[in-house]
Amino acid sequence: MALRSVVSRKTLAPALRHYRSLTTFTLPDLPYDYGALEPAISGEIMRLHHQKHHQTYVTNYNKALEQLDAAVSKGDVRGVVQLQSALKFNGGGHVNHSIFWQNLKPVSEGGGEPPHGALGWAIDKDFGSLEALVKKINSEGAALQGSGWVWLALDNEQKILKVETTPNQDPLVTKGTSLVPLLGIDVWEHAYYLQYKNVRPDYLTNIWKVINWKYASEVYEKESA
Amino acid sequence: MALLRSIAISSNKTLTLARSARSLTMATLPPLPYSYDALEPVISGEIMMLHHQKHHQTYVTNYNSALELLHTAMDKGDVSAVVGLQSAVKFNGGGHINHSIFWKNLRPVNAGGGEPPHKKLGWQIDTDFGSFNALISKMNAEGAALQGSGWVWLAFDKELKRLKVETTANQDPLVTKGATLVPLLGIDVWEHAYYLQYKNVKLEYLKNIWKVINWEYAGEVYEKEAQWCDLSEENK
Repeated sequence: MALRSVVSRKTLAPALRHYRSLTTFTLPDLPYDYGALEPAISGEIMRLHHQKHHQTYVTNYNKALEQLDAAVSKGDVRGVVQLQSALKFNGGGHVNHSIFWQNLKPVSEGGGEPPHGALGWAIDKDFGSLEALVKKINSEGAALQGSGWVWLALDNEQKILKVETTPNQDPLVTKGTSLVPLLGIDVWEHAYYLQYKNVRPDYLTNIWKVINWKYASEVYEKESA
Repeated sequence: MALLRSIAISSNKTLTLARSARSLTMATLPPLPYSYDALEPVISGEIMMLHHQKHHQTYVTNYNSALELLHTAMDKGDVSAVVGLQSAVKFNGGGHINHSIFWKNLRPVNAGGGEPPHKKLGWQIDTDFGSFNALISKMNAEGAALQGSGWVWLAFDKELKRLKVETTANQDPLVTKGATLVPLLGIDVWEHAYYLQYKNVKLEYLKNIWKVINWEYAGEVYEKEAQWCDLSEENK
């Protein structure tokens, strides 16, 4: 830190900036085999979805991060602003899919078992019943125009559960900073087309068989503590 | 019809009876100008069948439903409902418009699909993009970079009298990007347009689709809009 006394304000900035390290991201492992969610979601879909789609978001997010770092270092404001679209899309893709893999679980490991405890009670309170919640999520997911996600969210501020949708790869937080994702269902065509073709409602009906309510409960209990 | 109208004029309430006599033109699925497998190996028969019979048909069906609801809401003077229906009208109406253009933008190879544009459109492409290949590169790049679902267009700007490459999100028709834009060519980059065959590799789909693009149709639309006819008569 003797360095600080030697250099002027102008040169201080670039020298210190080079010491900042850039954290890049990696594709998280799938906690189960590609074929483990069959017949609800085919192994082919899971493999492409994880190894191609999610990987591409990670790769492109890291690229955008590096470009952002360079632009920030150069003081290139226009460059920084222009990169926001790539950061949001690819960063969002990484965030959303990382949650998604945890939202799914093979039947043999508890996938599909309805929520108990605090989350089960909150669902009954805020939606009337689990069936009502599932129906609402399916309806909103089916009606989503284009690509996007349908979420079961906890509003941390109002302390209630909500069903939300986000377009493209927008993370849930873009719908409200107090929203915590408990469950996200990918309704981009790549998530179901090879198996369900145009019949998105069938995909939505079937995915509940492999939903990991245990994870959703853990997140809920942690956030409501 | 005239009798109904004269009876209805008696009161404001029964006047609405006359309004109900207003006709509603429903949309119908246009037939494909070629067989489902005629674009193979560029676009599989399975994709063409699903794309036409399921996806486009659904837009037509849902547009008609929205239209009927709109008709009713207008009759009742229900402004909230009219506004509430606009999303369904835009999405499904747009889907119908876009896909109707798309089927005409494609053509089997043995019927001229893939043959590059000549004459006026060819010349305009060279003027506005430098070369035909430059246009292809640009459209492929924009199509590949499109986030989510949408379309990439070759458009003719009627006002500026020049060609442009544009993209639209979801089923937004080209006109939402500018009232003076005329679609010459649209390429569907929704995943349903290519996934069964090309999986996640959208760029491969884009590179290949040029083999079945119907430049003759694009040329016809361009010449009609650019009103080259007069000039060509003078040059003869």
